[in-house]
Amino acid sequence: MKGTNLGEFEELVLLTVAALINEAYSVAICDELSSHTGRSVKLGVVHAVLNRLEEKGLVKSELGEATKARGGKRKRFYQLTMQGKAALVSAKSMRDQLWARIPSLAWENL
Amino acid sequence: MKEQPQHHPPSWAQRFVEWYCKPGLVEDLTGDLNECFERNVRSAGPRRAKLIYIIDAFKFFRSYTVRKSIFAHLFMNRIMIGSYVKTSGRNIMRNKLFSFINILGLAISMSVGLLLIAFLLDLRSYDRFHENGGRIHRITNILTSNSEQSGKFATTSIKTGKLIREKVNGIEEVTVMRNNFSGDARVGDNILPISGFWAEPSLFRVFSFPMVEGNPETALKDPYSVVLTETAARKLFGTQAALGKTIQVDTLVYQVTGIMKDVPFFSHISFEALVSLSTAEQTNKGDKHFAEWTNMWSNSVYLLPSENADMEAIRSQLSAFAREENLAEENTRIELELLPLYNIVVGESLRQSEGGPGFAGPHMSPAVLWILVGLAAVVILSACFNYTNLSIARAMRRIKEIGLRKTIGAGKSQVQLQFLAEAVLISLAALLLSFLLFLVLRPLLINMAPEMQQMVKLNLTPSMVVAFIVFAVTVGVIAGFLPAIFFSKVSPINAFGSVSSVKMFKHLTLRRALVVIQYTVTLIFITTTAVGYVQYKNILAFDLGFSTANILNINMLDNKPDVMLKELSEMPEVTGLSRSLITTGVGNAWGGNMKYKDSRDSALVMTNHVDENYLPLHDYKLVAGGNFIARPATAQATGEVIVNRQVLKRFNISANNPGNAIGEQITLNGRKMTIVGVMQDFHYGKVENLIGPVAFTFWTPEDRAIISAKIKSADMPATIARIESVWKKIDPVHPFTAEFYSEEIENAYSEFSTMIKIIGFLSFLAISVASMGLFGMVVFTTETRLKEIGIRKVMGASVGNLIHLLSRGFLILLSVSALIALPATYFFFKTVVLPNFPYHTPVQITEMSVGLLAVLLIAFIMIGSQTLKAARSNPVAVLKNE
Repeated sequence: MKGTNLGEFEELVLLTVAALINEAYSVAICDELSSHTGRSVKLGVVHAVLNRLEEKGLVKSELGEATKARGGKRKRFYQLTMQGKAALVSAKSMRDQLWARIPSLAWENL
Repeated sequence: MKEQPQHHPPSWAQRFVEWYCKPGLVEDLTGDLNECFERNVRSAGPRRAKLIYIIDAFKFFRSYTVRKSIFAHLFMNRIMIGSYVKTSGRNIMRNKLFSFINILGLAISMSVGLLLIAFLLDLRSYDRFHENGGRIHRITNILTSNSEQSGKFATTSIKTGKLIREKVNGIEEVTVMRNNFSGDARVGDNILPISGFWAEPSLFRVFSFPMVEGNPETALKDPYSVVLTETAARKLFGTQAALGKTIQVDTLVYQVTGIMKDVPFFSHISFEALVSLSTAEQTNKGDKHFAEWTNMWSNSVYLLPSENADMEAIRSQLSAFAREENLAEENTRIELELLPLYNIVVGESLRQSEGGPGFAGPHMSPAVLWILVGLAAVVILSACFNYTNLSIARAMRRIKEIGLRKTIGAGKSQVQLQFLAEAVLISLAALLLSFLLFLVLRPLLINMAPEMQQMVKLNLTPSMVVAFIVFAVTVGVIAGFLPAIFFSKVSPINAFGSVSSVKMFKHLTLRRALVVIQYTVTLIFITTTAVGYVQYKNILAFDLGFSTANILNINMLDNKPDVMLKELSEMPEVTGLSRSLITTGVGNAWGGNMKYKDSRDSALVMTNHVDENYLPLHDYKLVAGGNFIARPATAQATGEVIVNRQVLKRFNISANNPGNAIGEQITLNGRKMTIVGVMQDFHYGKVENLIGPVAFTFWTPEDRAIISAKIKSADMPATIARIESVWKKIDPVHPFTAEFYSEEIENAYSEFSTMIKIIGFLSFLAISVASMGLFGMVVFTTETRLKEIGIRKVMGASVGNLIHLLSRGFLILLSVSALIALPATYFFFKTVVLPNFPYHTPVQITEMSVGLLAVLLIAFIMIGSQTLKAARSNPVAVLKNE
């Protein structure tokens, strides 16, 4: 079932990867998500999701340069693949379509 | 940008991640962890950061991060553990005798461990039912009077409670409890003695004592309100509703304003009833002393600091107002301390004021607990030594198995694991057996002393079961530790060669050392028991200076003794009667202040009020003068005193000459008294107290009475029953409390008999365990030397020669143990125990050697029987097959 179907959290992670462009590595993604969603996002969860997204082929990753800050360990930077981009776009358009179907009058009366 | 000290994440967690993580992921994963760690160090401090690191390291253990081979390893280990269990089981079955010795020895010694664990867990569960238990503290008073520290008291003044409420910040609740509310409660015709505390409404907010009926906020507010426990209510009112009814206690009428659940067993305070403290305030209205700062003898103050309160700030506020109060006092200084609720039962020993029965709840000092733990550990270790010893001794039998395992590819750690698994298996088997022993021993331990019954229940709880299993595994690991190390070092080449026996000798010293330690400990235990027992018997039979034979002491409580005396004097079995205020020689004391000519020189003397029959009945020896002459009816009218020689010595009355002291005037408690008699010195206190000055004055009907009846009867139980029936007529409410003097003396020293019982029991266990170990060793040595014995016999050695040869080694070890143990015990008693008893009898050689002889005898029987068997064996049968 490795299709373009995205879970809610997967979508958020994927969006963050896209938004961070060249700085998208696990800790940064984690911070970004925490600050934007307001919920505390666990690093382990982000890791697992990134791993799954990579398996699905929605992101690709490579190791960056070694820095002193991380005990000499390199960061793994993530980038959107074409499939990833397509998945995000299709998710957005699906939502837009659904949004468009709500009559504005009915929406306001809710 | 240098930070202060560089913090590092815990290296073992780091290695753990590196161990399980896939090589491709490990770098950025550890990098992420490090980055988070550094951030957490800055934001939350190094300790928290490390904790988070460890938690995260475990959280990353997911299916996608873990190397596949690790699952395989874990799986393999599981298979191997199965194999270890199987080989261990076979090994246990193959060597039935050794397994039996090991399991039985461990089981016996572990039962002590189980009892101790149950005991400790019970003590630990005290007061845990209070919701705010972790925050509740009790005030401890440190009293210094006349610049002499007289100790820490668990009690304090009512004023302390008031001042805390007014002046101390950061306190959520304070509650004052006043002890010793007791009396006979009367409901209709139903009369029952009842006891409890005076308490405030805040009690229910500090402690978690749930109320069944009534309002906890107001129940203890008004004067003359009482809250009963469910049991007390049932006792007084039966099935009727008690709430709102009245009970009469002595002369006062109280209204029942609440019924509460019974106080749980594991509570350091226990009571049947709570009376509003305002009652005590009302009844003591005229007493200025009641709420004074120095009246600290019968109240306890508990406080509940608010959550996150600064305890240091509270302490400094306490000492601030204590200092202020002390300014007003001349000779007394009181400091306040806080004692956490959970440290009341197991914690520092605090003094209770005199005359506060029922208030001294269960208490155990940590030192005693540590001693018990130490003694139990010694016995358990002894059994572990057995295992270690026998396993290593039998190494040759198993060395080929290890060699084979190693050849096939087992590493050191696998062999270690195997032997640990075997030891743990044995100790778990022992656990089953020791649990049965635990069930048998439990009632014996609980019934050993009445204090024990009030202190612990030793009921099985889930946490206890877990503790038992953990304990058994630990014992197994300790027992198997040395064999595991030893066997893991075996090299396969040596195992299959014949040189292996050479290596064994290196461990001979270790084995000998273990046997010596075992026997030294055993001998110390048994000689301590023997010496302690003899000393205890000497104390009981000690000549107190007066006769206690066949004297029954009847405590009249609040009843007048006249009717009882009349009834008793009509009984033919009763040959003598006397009255006194207290019973001496068992630790009771009644003090008085005495002066002679110099009005500034006063001394505390011990007193007793006795009637004219007391001295002859108890056979007190008068050195001069005679018995009381006058028969005053009130304490005001008494003017005669009989003193002991120490009084003459203390005040240098008539140059210490008893004859001339008769007729001299002294002042006792502010009253002029004439000395009419001088007694020989006798033991007023217990045997451990030095003899001090004692003065007897005449007993008057104002005093409480203890009737001493000398009884000469062929059928004691029937006589006692008759006396009891008389008591029932006089006082139908209270139970008959009478004891023979000798029993009372025995009870006064009951802590010694408890101690001797415990040590005696432990020494019995230690002997059994050590003997079993020795037996195993003897069996093993003789078995391995059977061929040698056969050859020696063929060559012409006699049975005597062979026994000498086989048992020599063991006898040397035993002698070494005896040489260490006996002097050690002797000096222990000489320097530690006996200096506390000024009138002790010296330690005799006989009781020292009794223990030694017993142990040696058992050892001889075991060594002898086995060596004799070996020495008598037919050399043909032994040497026939190779």
